[in-house]
Amino acid sequence: MLADNAGAVPFAGGTDLLVNWPEHVEAHDRTYVDLSGLAELRPIRWTEDELILGAGTTYWDVIRDARAGSAFPLLIEAARQVGAIQIQARGTWAGNIANASPAADGVPVLMAYDAVVVLASRDGTESIPLDEFYLGYKQTRRRPEQIITRIRMPLREYSFQAFHKIGTRRAQAIARVGLAITRCGDAWRVVASSAAPTICRCPSVERFLQEQRRVNGPDDLLGPLGADLSPIDDLRSTADYRLRVLARLLSHEVLA
Amino acid sequence: MDRVEGLAKLTGRERYVDDLAIQGVVWGMTVRSRCPRGRIKRIHFGDGVDWSRFVVVDHRDIPGPNEILLIERDQPVLAGDRVRHVHEPIVLIAHESREMVRRAVAQVRVEYDPEPAYLDYRLPPRPGQIQFGEDNVLKRLCIEKGDVERALRGAAHVVEGVYETGAQEHVYLENQGMVAWVEDGVVAVKGSMQCPYYVLNAMSHALGRAADEVRVIQAPTGGGFGGKEDYPSNIALHAALLAIKGDRPVKIIYDRGEDLAATTKRHPATVRHRTGLDRDGRLIAQDIEVILDAGAYVTLSPVVLSRAIIHAGGPYACDNVRIRGRAILTNAVPFGAFRGFGAPQTHFAGERHMDVIAARIGVDPVDLRRRNLIRDGQSTSTGQVIHDGTDRVAVMDRALDLSGYRARQREHEAFNASHPYLRRGIGLATFHHGAGFTGAGEVFLKSVVHVVGLPDGRVEVRSANTEIGQGTLTAFSKVAQDRTGLDGESIVIAEPDTARVPNSGPTVASRTAMVVGHLIERACDDLRRILGVDADTRGQALRDAIIAWHADNPGREPVGTAQYRKPPGIQWDEDRYQGDAYATFAWAAYVAQVEVDLRTFATSVTSMTAVQEVGRVLNETLARGQIQGGVVQAIGWALLEDVAWKDGAMANAQLTNYIIPTSFDVPPTRVQFIENPYAHGGGGAKGLGELPMDGPAPAIVNAVAAATGTEATTIPLTPERLMGLVLNDDAA
Amino acid sequence: MTMPPDQQERISVALTLNGRAVRVQVEPNERLLDTLRYRLGLIGTKEGCGEGECGACTVSMDGVPVNSCLVPTWQARGRRIETIESVEPGRLGALLGSGATQCGACTPGVVMAACWIAEHRELLRTHTIRELMAGNLCRCTGYDGIIEGVQGLLDDGLAEDGRDG
Repeated sequence: MLADNAGAVPFAGGTDLLVNWPEHVEAHDRTYVDLSGLAELRPIRWTEDELILGAGTTYWDVIRDARAGSAFPLLIEAARQVGAIQIQARGTWAGNIANASPAADGVPVLMAYDAVVVLASRDGTESIPLDEFYLGYKQTRRRPEQIITRIRMPLREYSFQAFHKIGTRRAQAIARVGLAITRCGDAWRVVASSAAPTICRCPSVERFLQEQRRVNGPDDLLGPLGADLSPIDDLRSTADYRLRVLARLLSHEVLA
Repeated sequence: MDRVEGLAKLTGRERYVDDLAIQGVVWGMTVRSRCPRGRIKRIHFGDGVDWSRFVVVDHRDIPGPNEILLIERDQPVLAGDRVRHVHEPIVLIAHESREMVRRAVAQVRVEYDPEPAYLDYRLPPRPGQIQFGEDNVLKRLCIEKGDVERALRGAAHVVEGVYETGAQEHVYLENQGMVAWVEDGVVAVKGSMQCPYYVLNAMSHALGRAADEVRVIQAPTGGGFGGKEDYPSNIALHAALLAIKGDRPVKIIYDRGEDLAATTKRHPATVRHRTGLDRDGRLIAQDIEVILDAGAYVTLSPVVLSRAIIHAGGPYACDNVRIRGRAILTNAVPFGAFRGFGAPQTHFAGERHMDVIAARIGVDPVDLRRRNLIRDGQSTSTGQVIHDGTDRVAVMDRALDLSGYRARQREHEAFNASHPYLRRGIGLATFHHGAGFTGAGEVFLKSVVHVVGLPDGRVEVRSANTEIGQGTLTAFSKVAQDRTGLDGESIVIAEPDTARVPNSGPTVASRTAMVVGHLIERACDDLRRILGVDADTRGQALRDAIIAWHADNPGREPVGTAQYRKPPGIQWDEDRYQGDAYATFAWAAYVAQVEVDLRTFATSVTSMTAVQEVGRVLNETLARGQIQGGVVQAIGWALLEDVAWKDGAMANAQLTNYIIPTSFDVPPTRVQFIENPYAHGGGGAKGLGELPMDGPAPAIVNAVAAATGTEATTIPLTPERLMGLVLNDDAA
Repeated sequence: MTMPPDQQERISVALTLNGRAVRVQVEPNERLLDTLRYRLGLIGTKEGCGEGECGACTVSMDGVPVNSCLVPTWQARGRRIETIESVEPGRLGALLGSGATQCGACTPGVVMAACWIAEHRELLRTHTIRELMAGNLCRCTGYDGIIEGVQGLLDDGLAEDGRDG
C-alpha cells in the first residue's frame, strides 16, 4: 500500500502524529496506514545475543518486561520519562525513531545501545544502524514505501551506562537537552539530544574518552562537545544552556 | 461537609457548556489579526469556499456601540478599521460543521497597513509608537505618606533593587466557551464565566438592548482564576452576533492554543525599590515604583494597578512611603485579571527585597521581618490603622516552627558544604491580602442577595456568584444552613441566571464567601422578618413558617433581601488614595525549601509550609484545597511558566511548550489556618482565594538565593536564568 | 450536536464500549474523543488540550489509560474501551472526601487514571502515585487532594480484599 501511495504515512500509536489534529486539519489531509492491528509487529523478543523490539512495541511494554531492566536499564529510564502513563501506553519506540525529532526520548538510549533499524517493503528488508539513520533535520533513510518492522540491540556487558533527560519539568516534558552514555570495554557511546538537527553520537567526545584524556571539569569537554554539536536557541532553551549543561553532566558522569 | 456538587464532577455528569445538547446549534469561530498594530486595508474571503453556506459577521453587524463595556470603552467587540494587537478579533464565522468552520477561517485573508508597534513596556515609546496621551501611560496612581525623600536622606542604610515578573496564563482546564440563542425576543447566552452581570451589561450595551432583553446564565465552569472575569463578555457578544444574524443557536468553544494565545494573562511588572532603614533595621522610608504592561486595551488595568501599589509596601509599618504606579499601553494582547490581581507581582518584589536588604545590612531575614511586621495600632502605606487583633509575628513564628526553619538551615549548611552538585536552601515570605473590592468598590457594587422561601419549605439562595471550583455552592449552603438551622437538603443554591438572580457582584477579589456570604446571612434574617417570626426560629419551625406563609399568600413568594452595607468605620479617599483600602486583610507566612542541581540549574521545591490567618475556616477541605491549588499555581509562575513573546503575542501557545506543574513537580503543601473571626464576613470568614498566590514565589526565590548565593530578581527563574547568575558569579 | 457533512467515505468501526458491543460510522479524521462526546453523547470525557498533555480525555483502552484525543477512532476497532460513565459512583468516596475535585474539568480523566492505579497496586513497587498521576494536569487542587484520594482508593481496595480474603 505504501509503495502505491507516496504520501501515505504509517501510523502506530499516534502520540506524535495526532497532536492538535483538528486544528491542523489541512495538514492531515493525507492517507494514513494503520499499523496497530498487525500483531506480528508488536512483541518483544529475546534471542541468545539480541533484544528485538517490534514495530508496535510501546514504552510500557518495555517498562513491564522482566529482563529489560537488568540487560538494558537505560531503556527503562528513558521510557519512564516519556510523557506520562497515557503516552507510555501508546507511544512506540519505532514511531519515536521514524518521527525524527531532535528531542526524541527513546532514540538517544537506543543509539547508545548500538540499535539497528530493520525496514521492510514489498521489495525486501534492509538493516541500518540507528546512528546512520538520520540524514538531517527530520530526514531519515526510510523510503516512503518502507516501514520499520524491528529494532535490534546486541546483548553486551556494559561497564558503565547513564541517561539524563533534562526536561522542562519532571514529567510530560520535552527535553531541553539529553544525554545517553554507555561503555563496553574501551568503546564509548556518547549520544546527545536537542543539541543538533538530529540526535547523534559525539565522535570527538567518544575519542576523547577512548584516549583516556583527563577530565578535570566541564570546561575540558566544551571543546569536543562544541565540535560535535550545534545547539540553537529555541522556545525551550538556549544554545549556551544546552552546551554547558551537557558538559556538566558528562563531566559529572565521567569523573564519578 | 462534602463539596455539594462533588459526586457529579467525579462521575463526569456535570455538564459544562460544551456538554450541552442544543438542537440545531452551529459552530462559531473567530478570524483574528496577525498584525500587532495597523489599519485594515482589505478583507479577502477565499474563492474556494461557498460563503453563502456560512454566517459571517463583522463590526458592521453590531447593533449598538462597537464597545466592550468595562471600566473604559476602548476595546471593540470586533476590529473596525484598525487593529491594536495580534489575535484581535476581526470577523466571525459560523457553520454546522466545526471542521468546515476551521477550514473557512483559514481562507479569510486580511491585508494591513502596519504601524509601528510598541512592544517593550520597559523602554520609553518612540514618537511613532504613541497611542495614548503623550507617553502611552493609561493610568497613574500614587500613594504618599510622610516625607520619603527626607527620611531617605537621614537613613543609616539605603538599599535599592529592581524586580521583574513575567506574564502568566491561567490554564483553567476547561477552555472558554459560550452558547448563544434568541428566544421570545431575548438574546440569551449560557457559558463558562465568573461574572454573569458583567456579561449582561456588556451585551446590553453593544447590542443596544435593555437589560430585560438580554439573559445570561452561568454554566458549570471549569476554572477561572480571573481569566473568565471579563473575557467572556467578548465571546458572549461574538456568539450572540452570530446567533442573531444566522437565526440559529451558536456555540463557540476555544481550542486550547487559541485560548492560550488570544485571551488575557497576568500583567508583566517591573517594580523598583529604594528603601531606607535606621541603624536598628527598622524601615523608615519606602520609595517604590510599580510599572505594569497593560497590553493594547485598558480592560481592568487601573484596578490591578491599584491593588498592586496598595500591597507594594508589604505587611510592614513604615512612616514615610511613596508608591507610584503606572499602567502602560502596548500592542501586546491585553492583560487582565489573574488571581492576586497585582499583589503577587508587588509581593514578589517586596519580599525578595526584604531578603536583599537583610543580606546588605547584615541582619537575619527573619529578624528583619520581626522588627517590621505591622502591629495593631500602626498604619499601612495608605494610613489604614490595623486593629484586628491578629498577632502577625505569631503567624510567622508558627510557619518557622512547622517548617523547622532553623534546624533545616543548619542541615543545609552542612549538606551544601559536602555535596558535589546539589544545594539546598530555605526561604521565607510574609505577606497580606486585602479581601473584597478596593476602597469604595464594594459600595459602588451595591451587591444584592435574595433568600427565598419555597412552597415546600426549602430555602433558595439567589445570587450571581458562581461556582468555578473554589467551593461557592458548598460555602453558601453552609452559611445558609448555619443561619437557618436547616439541613443541606433543604437549601437550594439557584443557578446564576440573570433572569432570576439579583446582582450580587462579580466572583472575584476573594469576596464571595466573605462579602456575599455575609449578605446571605442578613438575607436569611430578613426572610424571618417577612415571615413574621423571631430570630430564634430555626430548622423545622422555620420550614413550617415558610409553608404557612405560602398558604396565606398564594402566587407569591417570601423574598428575604440584603444589600451591601459598608462596615462601620471604613473611610476611603479615592482622590488622595488614603484611608481604609480594604475592609480587612488576611495575613500569612510561607516557607519554601528548594534543592538546586548545579549540573543542570534546575530548582526543585522540596517542601512548602503555608500558614495564614483567614478569619474563620468555613470548610476545612475546601479552604485547604484553595491554599494548595494557589501554591502550585504560584510555583509554576515562579519556576516553570514562561511566556515567549513574538509581536506581542504568545509564541508558545501549546501546553507542550507553556508548562504548568504536574503532580510529579511539586511537594505536598502543609497548610495551617489561624482563626480570628471577622465580624463582617460570612461565617466570620475573610477572603482567602487569592492569598496563596502572593507568597510562594518570593519564598522560593529567597530559598534559591540561600542555596546558591545568587541574587535572582526576575521570575520565572528558569534553569537558563539561574545558570546565568551562577556562572557569572563564578566568573566574577 | 451535528457532525461534519460527508466529505469522505465513513468507516464502520465495531468496538466494545463500557461492556457493550457498539458499531459506529465515523469520519476518517475523527478522534475517539469526538466520537464519544459528539456522536455517542458520552460527555463525561473532556477535552482539555487536544495535544495529549493534560489527560482530561483519559479513557481506558484494553485496560490501559490513554489520551482519547490522540486515538483515531478507526484504531479502536475491535478494542475494549471504558469511559468515566462505566465507573461505579460508590467507589469514589475517598476522592470526594479528600478534595480531589474542585472545578471538575480534569476530574473524569483523574478518576480514570486513579481507578487504573487502584487496580494495579503492584506498580507502587516501582512508581509513586505522583509519578503515575503526572499525565493528569490539574490547575485547581495543587494535587494534594488528588494524591490523598488515590491513596484512599488503594486503602479502600485493601479493605475490600481483607473482607473477601
